[in-house]
Amino acid sequence: MIIATNVTKKFGKLTALDNVSVTCNKGQTISLIGPNGSGKTTFIKCLLGMVVPDSGFITFNQQNIALNWEYRAAIGYMPQIGRYPENMTIAQLFDMMKDIRKKSTHQFDEELIQSFKLDTMLDKRMGALSGGTRQKVSASMAFLFNPDVLILDEPTAGLDPLSTEILKEKIRREKQKGKLVLITSHILSDLDDIVTEVIYMQDGKLRFHKSLDQLQHDTGESKLSRAIAHVMQSK
Amino acid sequence: MKKIIKYVLLDLLRNRITIAYTLFLLIISMSVFNLEDNPSKGILSLLNLILIIVPLVSIVFSTIYVYNAAEFIELLVSQPLKRINIWLSIFTGLALSMSVAFLVGCGLPILIYASFDVGIIMTAMGLMISIVFVAIALLASVLTRDKAKGIGVSILLWFYFTLIFDGIVLFLLFQFIDYPMEKTMILFSCLNPVDLARILILLKLDISALMGATSAIFRNFFGSQWGMMATILIMAAWAFLPLWWSVRKFNRKDL
Repeated sequence: MIIATNVTKKFGKLTALDNVSVTCNKGQTISLIGPNGSGKTTFIKCLLGMVVPDSGFITFNQQNIALNWEYRAAIGYMPQIGRYPENMTIAQLFDMMKDIRKKSTHQFDEELIQSFKLDTMLDKRMGALSGGTRQKVSASMAFLFNPDVLILDEPTAGLDPLSTEILKEKIRREKQKGKLVLITSHILSDLDDIVTEVIYMQDGKLRFHKSLDQLQHDTGESKLSRAIAHVMQSK
Repeated sequence: MKKIIKYVLLDLLRNRITIAYTLFLLIISMSVFNLEDNPSKGILSLLNLILIIVPLVSIVFSTIYVYNAAEFIELLVSQPLKRINIWLSIFTGLALSMSVAFLVGCGLPILIYASFDVGIIMTAMGLMISIVFVAIALLASVLTRDKAKGIGVSILLWFYFTLIFDGIVLFLLFQFIDYPMEKTMILFSCLNPVDLARILILLKLDISALMGATSAIFRNFFGSQWGMMATILIMAAWAFLPLWWSVRKFNRKDL
């Protein structure tokens, strides 16, 4: 579904992505793991066309994304730090997004808005929200349009355990519908039971891309966090 | 694209600076016309005020707005929207609000107090200057990542167009005083939209006779039908070229 070929991106002298090639298919839940500054967010931003790669290309359903913008209709994106217009209320923000992404054929998926209890504070200004609530808004927005692909950048950072559980449950349900879910996260234990594939990045390079079973087999560890720690030590 | 323009305009209305700017222009133009008993004297005082204030507010406000809208732009870019549409919508929203502010703040009083043909050209020039400086502001803000630097650049650009450029022209004029410079002056004035607007308005006023031989050449060029057309085209180019450049930059920009 998403195929990245030799994607390279430099910010000045820093090479954020170095010849990264990845294939992601429908129905997979992929965890993008790596230390801070390993290029995870840059890679995700490349997928969304927010960062333009210096070389290499990315295709989405066989279409090159560099010449395309419609493909983003099939993506729900939850940014690492949700930054929204400060003087808009939550309700105005949701209305604007619905208005801009005009999708009359599909039902909006407002499940998360309800389970996060955002509907009780719809007239709060975005600027007055706490970091956690802002994360909830970002998450609800990513799922709102029922997209085929979900890209979640550090989805559980800043969320309380209860909300984390709600979000995980939601991801699990979407996964069962056969969607592609791409998650980056530091908190590995959060992911253990939903992930099917692991991509490990370091210094902008792709270290490996394996299915979870394969990884468990190779390292002899059953827990994802242990398996990753094993890999990190052996490098 | 219409929808994004709508949200940009809503956002601009919400922060009230455009309303304050409109009122400010309205107060200035009303007081100028009420202080002077002769409307053409009033228009002359107003001209100098407009040619300083309008570019300043247009360029600085637009630059700050674009930097403050960074979150909004980031949000839109991750949605299924064309980048060029996002950028042009921001331009249209800003240009529209600056133009309406000028039209209500200065255009109305001018058309009420001053004679019709001077009034109309002054309003038209004010509108064009507003749009040109919004375009320049967009370029300045897309070229620099840092907010403070971007605002600094746009203030410097304003300085250049309203003061420094005239200084350079005067300097050259005195250096080459022994040579016929009239034709070259026409070329020079095309390099600065503020000067272009000033010349066009002055030529419509009777005092242009005071400017001597250069004025006669100017009148020949700018006063004719073709000259007018050329000026309008050059002004349009002053709005279009920075905008086009900024679109190209924005299309490749990393957010």
